[in-house]
Amino acid sequence: MHCDVCQKNDATVYLTQIVEGKMQKVNLCEHCAKEKGVSDPTGFAMADLLLGLGATQQIEHGGQPAQKCPVCGFTQIDFKKTGRLGCSACYDTFADGLANLLKGMHKGLKHTGKMPARLSRRYAMADRVKSLETDLQKAVKNEKYEDAARLRDEIQKIEHELQA
Amino acid sequence: MTFDHIVAHPGQWLRGDGPHDKIVVSSRIRFARNLKDRPFPGWAKKAERLKILGELQDHVAAIPAMDDGYTAPLQDLTALQKQILVERHLVSREHASKSAGSAVVISHDQQLSIMINEEDHLRMQSLLPGLQLREAYKINNEADFYLEDRVPYAFHPDLGYLTACPTNVGTGLRASAMVHLPALVLAEQINQIVNSVGKIGLAVRGLYGEGTEALGNLFQVSNQTTLGETEEEIIDRLVKVIEQVIEHEQNARQTLLERRANMLLDQIGRAYGVLGHARAIASKEALNLLSVMKLGADLGLFPESAQLAVDELFITTQPAHLQLGEKKEKLSPEERDTLRADLVRAKLKKIPEPDIAKVKPAANGNGKKKDK
Repeated sequence: MHCDVCQKNDATVYLTQIVEGKMQKVNLCEHCAKEKGVSDPTGFAMADLLLGLGATQQIEHGGQPAQKCPVCGFTQIDFKKTGRLGCSACYDTFADGLANLLKGMHKGLKHTGKMPARLSRRYAMADRVKSLETDLQKAVKNEKYEDAARLRDEIQKIEHELQA
Repeated sequence: MTFDHIVAHPGQWLRGDGPHDKIVVSSRIRFARNLKDRPFPGWAKKAERLKILGELQDHVAAIPAMDDGYTAPLQDLTALQKQILVERHLVSREHASKSAGSAVVISHDQQLSIMINEEDHLRMQSLLPGLQLREAYKINNEADFYLEDRVPYAFHPDLGYLTACPTNVGTGLRASAMVHLPALVLAEQINQIVNSVGKIGLAVRGLYGEGTEALGNLFQVSNQTTLGETEEEIIDRLVKVIEQVIEHEQNARQTLLERRANMLLDQIGRAYGVLGHARAIASKEALNLLSVMKLGADLGLFPESAQLAVDELFITTQPAHLQLGEKKEKLSPEERDTLRADLVRAKLKKIPEPDIAKVKPAANGNGKKKDK
């Protein structure tokens, strides 16, 4: 049996891992096993390996095959080769294709965990502006111009802070 | 702090006092973080990697927890030094293969270590003895909090922390515990456990050895997914599962004591005998026998001091640790096996024979045992 990664050498390392009840198998030669860090389970995720072997082709469904990341010059062909992306902007460049890939890989598609505190403050402020704008429209509609003026001032104040 | 200090003073997880430390050897939390709009280490050219390292290193070393810590660019470490850090779980194997453009920063207490330009620009991990995932998370979080104010992280409102590999995107969190499950292996119940843990999105892997083989009966339980759940949810789920695994292992130990005490004592006695008299022993055999010794110590068959001695041997019998202090440039596997046996024998001399009286149920009362 040939190694699933290099397709050249004979496979001597057989891996089986059960994830979410699905059995996944990968056969590797000694060289590729070492390269992928298989002997070090702490630094190795089977998903990574599988990713390099076929799952990456999924990102081709989205966008043009010749698509290139404007920030780092990374292409889909590079992703297919390595299973890793080029830079953080690649997540936007290849967003369409990645969505499929991520769906099969994770519990959800929306991050619900922590975020850098500064960003979290910014997001909170942006949310506040949105809700104030709704209130403002309502106030104008109901001809409560004093309220409207107060809301407008508040919005301007937050937007000023956001720009700082 | 110097490298020699690290060698002379193993991290706390190795001397392990922690909740459930008889079964949970260590808990680890790892965060993956990257700089916004900069090529990930695997894609960056060397000059860019060096530049990123330059931008990050001082900030990382200035984290309060890193006070009097150890900082080393990877090219300044010898192959042996790198391997020592791998065997101590302070850097990943992947990171040890790096050279110029990568670095590691380790805290004085060795609880926190941060790899710069591993697969991601930053890989921060904290490691504690016993089941202390939430405590380890707190240590990592403080370091993260310090850095996020000083370096521009790659963060996406929907996808969270962006990582080189899409398997880590979101929280960038890998929480894992190293568990020692000799009784579940002896009772042949381990596959059931591995399967059922796998069904709920967690992975169980052997710590040493390849594939499903687990040398030393040591397993690593960790989360597999990083997007769509909060850090707390991921850790809570893992802790719950590990607590169940602990319970199963305890039950298996009790059942073995009650029903198959003779088999158990036989295994422990043999491990003691072989380790105490072997003249050459391979790493695989040593790990498996040490695991049985550890079980014996947990069950009270050996004095308390034996526990630490056995735990230390798990690390000091590994290749780089054996090589350490040897004059010869590179030991052959045969020489290592001899050296390993010498080391183990010397330690075992200080451990008295297993005290069978400590195991209450009649050792010869194996009703079902069929002697031919």
